[in-house]
Amino acid sequence: MDPMASAVRLAVQEAVRILSSSEDGGHIISTLRSLRRYLGETQTQAPPEEQEEFSRTHFSTVLRCLVGKLSPDWLGLMPDGQLEELWASFFLEGPADQAFLVLMESIEGAASPSFRLMKMAWLLARFLSAGRMAAVMEGQCGQQAGPASRLLQETLLTRVVSLPDRLGNRLQRETLAAFFPQNYFPLLGEEVLRVLHVVVDSLRGGLDCSISFLSQVLGKACVHGRQKEILGVLVPRLTVLTQGNCLWQRVCWRLVECVPDRAMEAVLKGLVEAAPGPDVLSRLLGNLVTKSKKAQFVMTQKLLFLQYSCPTPVLQSLLGYLAMDSQRRLLLMQALKELLETWGSSSAIRHAPLEQQCYISKAVLICLAQLGEAELRASRDELLASLMEGVKSRLDSSLPPVRRLGMIVAEVASARLHPEGPPLKFQYEEDELTREMLALAAPQPAADGPSEAGLPVAPVSGESPDQETVDGGGPQAGHEGSDSELDSDDELIPYDMSGDREQRSSKTPAYVRDCLEALTASEDWERWEAALRALEGLVLKSPAATCEVSLELAKVLLHLEEKTAVAGFEGLRQRALVAVTVTDPARVAEYLAAQFYALNYSLRQRMDILDVLALAAQELSRPGRLGRAAQRGPPGPGSQPSGAMIPDWQVVVEERVRRKTRRFCKGSVGRATAAGPNEFSAVAGYFFFPLLQRFDRPVVTFDLLGDDQLVLGRLAHTLGALIYLAVNTAVAVPMGKALLEFVWALRFHGDTYVRRGLLSAVSSVLLSVPAERLLADLPDELLEARSWLADVAEQDVDEDCRLLAVKALLLLEKLRDRLLPLSSP
Amino acid sequence: MAAPAPDPQFVLRGARSAVHALHFCDGAQGRPLLLSGSLHGLVHVWSLQTRRPLATLDGHGGQCVTWLHTLPWGPQLLSQGRDLKLCLWDLEEGRNAVVDTVCLESVGFCRASVLAEAPRRWMLAVPGRGSDEVQVLELPSKTSVSCLKPAAGARLGMPMCLQLWQAESSPRPLLLAGYEDGSLALWDVSARKVCSRVACHSEPVMGLALDPRRARGVSGSAEKALAVWSLEGQQALQVCGTHELTNPGIADLKIRPDSKILATAGWDHRVRVFQWRTMRPLAVLAFHSATVHCVAFDAAGLLAAGSGDQRISVWSLYPPT
Repeated sequence: MDPMASAVRLAVQEAVRILSSSEDGGHIISTLRSLRRYLGETQTQAPPEEQEEFSRTHFSTVLRCLVGKLSPDWLGLMPDGQLEELWASFFLEGPADQAFLVLMESIEGAASPSFRLMKMAWLLARFLSAGRMAAVMEGQCGQQAGPASRLLQETLLTRVVSLPDRLGNRLQRETLAAFFPQNYFPLLGEEVLRVLHVVVDSLRGGLDCSISFLSQVLGKACVHGRQKEILGVLVPRLTVLTQGNCLWQRVCWRLVECVPDRAMEAVLKGLVEAAPGPDVLSRLLGNLVTKSKKAQFVMTQKLLFLQYSCPTPVLQSLLGYLAMDSQRRLLLMQALKELLETWGSSSAIRHAPLEQQCYISKAVLICLAQLGEAELRASRDELLASLMEGVKSRLDSSLPPVRRLGMIVAEVASARLHPEGPPLKFQYEEDELTREMLALAAPQPAADGPSEAGLPVAPVSGESPDQETVDGGGPQAGHEGSDSELDSDDELIPYDMSGDREQRSSKTPAYVRDCLEALTASEDWERWEAALRALEGLVLKSPAATCEVSLELAKVLLHLEEKTAVAGFEGLRQRALVAVTVTDPARVAEYLAAQFYALNYSLRQRMDILDVLALAAQELSRPGRLGRAAQRGPPGPGSQPSGAMIPDWQVVVEERVRRKTRRFCKGSVGRATAAGPNEFSAVAGYFFFPLLQRFDRPVVTFDLLGDDQLVLGRLAHTLGALIYLAVNTAVAVPMGKALLEFVWALRFHGDTYVRRGLLSAVSSVLLSVPAERLLADLPDELLEARSWLADVAEQDVDEDCRLLAVKALLLLEKLRDRLLPLSSP
Repeated sequence: MAAPAPDPQFVLRGARSAVHALHFCDGAQGRPLLLSGSLHGLVHVWSLQTRRPLATLDGHGGQCVTWLHTLPWGPQLLSQGRDLKLCLWDLEEGRNAVVDTVCLESVGFCRASVLAEAPRRWMLAVPGRGSDEVQVLELPSKTSVSCLKPAAGARLGMPMCLQLWQAESSPRPLLLAGYEDGSLALWDVSARKVCSRVACHSEPVMGLALDPRRARGVSGSAEKALAVWSLEGQQALQVCGTHELTNPGIADLKIRPDSKILATAGWDHRVRVFQWRTMRPLAVLAFHSATVHCVAFDAAGLLAAGSGDQRISVWSLYPPT
């Protein structure tokens, strides 16, 4: 045996014996001091070989022995905490990895709660704050990978990353702030950075280093869901360090490359989210996607197709990263093709949640903005094919947001793919989403774009006042002259005169019959328009005259076409039809409902019928309707001078009365609405049942269960509205029964809009039909509906559907709660 | 952003038929009164304090009252009706009796005009016997001063509106008359000859207003424009310009006594207010629901408008300083 090794062993054995048995403080201290020789920081250093032998073989033994002796009595053997200081120095100055492992081990082994546990925890906190974690990791960077050291690395890795969890488990409520994950992981990030600094320095010095341990730490931390904490520290610093420094860039690339595959997704997602832009991402990742299959999968598939949680800027930097290098652009092109394919797939449109569709649309737009014209032209046919299919199936959808997505993407994509062709232009309402999407489609400005764009604005705004003064000067100059003593009336400020329009000629018909005649036979468009405008008021004013011609009037209005560009034609026609229906509900509603299934109508007309029926029902069921109608009085010109001018005396008198009057209590101020019968009650059947009769019998031009699902959705919504308006009426019960049957027949309909309609109809039934009648007459239907609702609430792809189902379920619950106390006594 | 169109200060109701003539006058204790003439021949005297009629004068046999005017001395009222009578009322101390009548010979809508300088001798211009004649009478003697008949080939049609006035510089009274063919003629009353004539409209002239201080005036017709003209050297009429309106038809025009603003009564139910000096539109008062037949200003700047919807709206706009 090597004499040097045995000498060390003997010395250590002797020291351990003394430490474990001695009660003499001075003796213990001197023993410890002699052991410290091997740590190499005293004046009398041991030779390097002995130091190495000690740290390799005996250090952990000594540490464990020290941990074992830890107790208040033992520390109290010497005054002023000398012993404790010396004791701690072994952990803080000896080889970091072993010290760390022993610390963790003793913390996990200590009884809880105990003096020893707390002492060790405090020591660990000191260990962390002294930056020893960097030493732990640095120790692993230089080492060659042997089987033993791999095991050690594995253990270290687990301990390093799971430190907050382990400490939290042991210390419960007593845990220290340093071990909170939100404090620990940023610290870990700092330590990783320090190790990277050391690595870079040693690489500069020509030494070989491995940073796979760091990658593993990073990967594991990210897998544990701590991307934000650790990368939040790392990324900004690395962004600065990699700027124009190839060595740092290489180290960075290597750091990410060495991340194990199973952690790659977590790390990449964290990086993409933390990086402020595509160029930074490109510096940090390099051509990672072309080197690692896993990284490529994550970047081009997982983050684009399988997830949709990234905010738009993240998506932009991800796709921007792909666009920044010629090798990666191929991937971008590939991604665009796949994105468009998914975008256009009709099954995806039906089954994917709206947020994901939106996400994919945004991705498509960003890709289009990133790719050049030549690249797009190369695969134009393929792209156009999937685009066209997508546009078609999207415009077919009954959900407005889906249609709008189709329109926006189609506009932008066709402009990019076919720049020479005539631009495609849809009509859609602008809202926040459309503006955001259109902004995405615009090519990215250069980095300093905004400041440049800001400049030209200033001179323009500076110029306009000048122009104004010039304009203002013109007329003044023209009028100067003749009568100067009268020129003082410049201060007359005009009132708003925007309401000054050309007056309609006085051809307005004065009777309902005149309107009817004008609408059917007149070739005089002014008269036609005047009749249309006057009709609603006339119908409301003279119900008796309307009843005589109500059916003809409804027929004419239903078939009325917009022959001239009358502003607000749809609204006028609808209001007139509603007025006619309200005036003579039984006959007109029956006629309209029958026409709903008749042959020669357009979808527009059929939907109008539904709208009119719902609006008329609403008007009829409005409480206090008659009172209001009578009050309405002469329309239009009777407008009073606005009430701003209460004469002074009135104010004074009121004030005096108020001061002299004592009130003991105050009644409700608002006038109670007069109670009255629900007029809808008598006629609800005419509105409702004909609509349900033939929905499953297609005619040549109208197939509710086939292509015309939009109308079916509207029908479901309308039926729900009708039964809701029929609340408190006797007919609500048979209506509810019929409606539940209707819902049952269609419950698995593929179209989201239809399902929404059905769900809201169920809610309306629950609200309208009295609870007792529901339970007595429709128990089976309720049970079936309940299980269906539960199903939808859990599994439907559409968020609104789930929400509606949950609401309906809540109503069911409330129903039960209301009945239970009744039945219990 | 301009202020929203103003509301009337108050509205007088109870004329019980369309209001065709309005006139402000000073009542007892210097309180202004408003006189209105209705389609059914009644003249209402409104108190602007209580906003109620003080008196109702019935002197035109149920025929439309088209013109009202008070004489500067004593509360004496002139009212012109379509019953071919022009009545002189004595309103002193609450009396309301017809003291004199002038029989008219033309049944048109032409309003009379008066040039009242002294109680002993004042002048009245009314449409005359012949369809194109204007008769100028001297009152109270009711002697005809002159009969102004256009030259034989002129074909001006009926006179539609008249304005008598006398320039400060010359003793000769002048008469401005708007005719059916849209032209405006300036007559020298004593010489019985047309000093100047200008065609300013293509439709009958419905009303005119003159600002003697500026020697400028404005006229409105059935067409869609106002014409502004000037009297150059007090003798020659000259069109200064036209002002397009949104809707055709002007029934009456008045310039406020301080010459700041001009108000027009429109067939489109609206009263339009212009800055008189520049003809800049200031406000469109869309309160009435039928043709506005007449507008009037009082000395304090109140504007009243009478309309076919039987209401009189009173407005306080741009109070004079």
